[in-house]
Amino acid sequence: MKNDFRARNHPAWWAFLVHRVSGLALAVFLPFHFWALGQVLGGEAALDGFLAWTEQPLVKAAEWGLVCLLAAHLAGGLRLLALEFLPWRDWQRSLLAAAAGLTIVVGLALALAL
Amino acid sequence: MSARAETKLWIAQRASAAVLALCVVVHLMVIVYAVRGGLSAAEILGRTRGNPGWLAFYGVFVLAAAVHAPIGLRTIAMEWLGWRGRSLSIAVHLLALVLAVVGLRAAWAVFAP
Repeated sequence: MKNDFRARNHPAWWAFLVHRVSGLALAVFLPFHFWALGQVLGGEAALDGFLAWTEQPLVKAAEWGLVCLLAAHLAGGLRLLALEFLPWRDWQRSLLAAAAGLTIVVGLALALAL
Repeated sequence: MSARAETKLWIAQRASAAVLALCVVVHLMVIVYAVRGGLSAAEILGRTRGNPGWLAFYGVFVLAAAVHAPIGLRTIAMEWLGWRGRSLSIAVHLLALVLAVVGLRAAWAVFAP
């Protein structure tokens, strides 16, 4: 089967790619996240030192991006679970839009809170 | 890998996803709530230290992630890198173990007095 541009230029293929890339990024981030929290074992000051480092604009932007990826992976995952485990209904056609919407809502909420 | 083992992984991936879905919703709400006014160690620890509820929550969250992430990475390694066989299986199990240990250590770190 020819896997050309037309096969990929489809919303469901983009949903697959977003789910995969966000999952990959989160998996890479996870050990660092756990390591950072483990700093507390060296005292509260060690964690505060790390948190001060995260105040840099670039780090903050990366954090925001990671939370958006988490929201996207959650939304895409809920979409997959609904497609796989619920009997097919017409509303499931709208799941892609709902997943994108949920991601945007979380991204905006965090941007407002930051 | 046998079809039976693949099926088990598929089920583990969906079961962990269902647990993670609940955990991530709570996690996202805590993040948006906690970042207002900036993060500090005192604020984070004030929430988690000595609180068995958060320890249980983060313990379950970590274990579900330690199941979910390696299975996802395994699929990516097979499809994008063509990596298969025993070496991949060992790497995936090691990753699950490391995530569980480092993650539970972090959950304990913010709980322990």
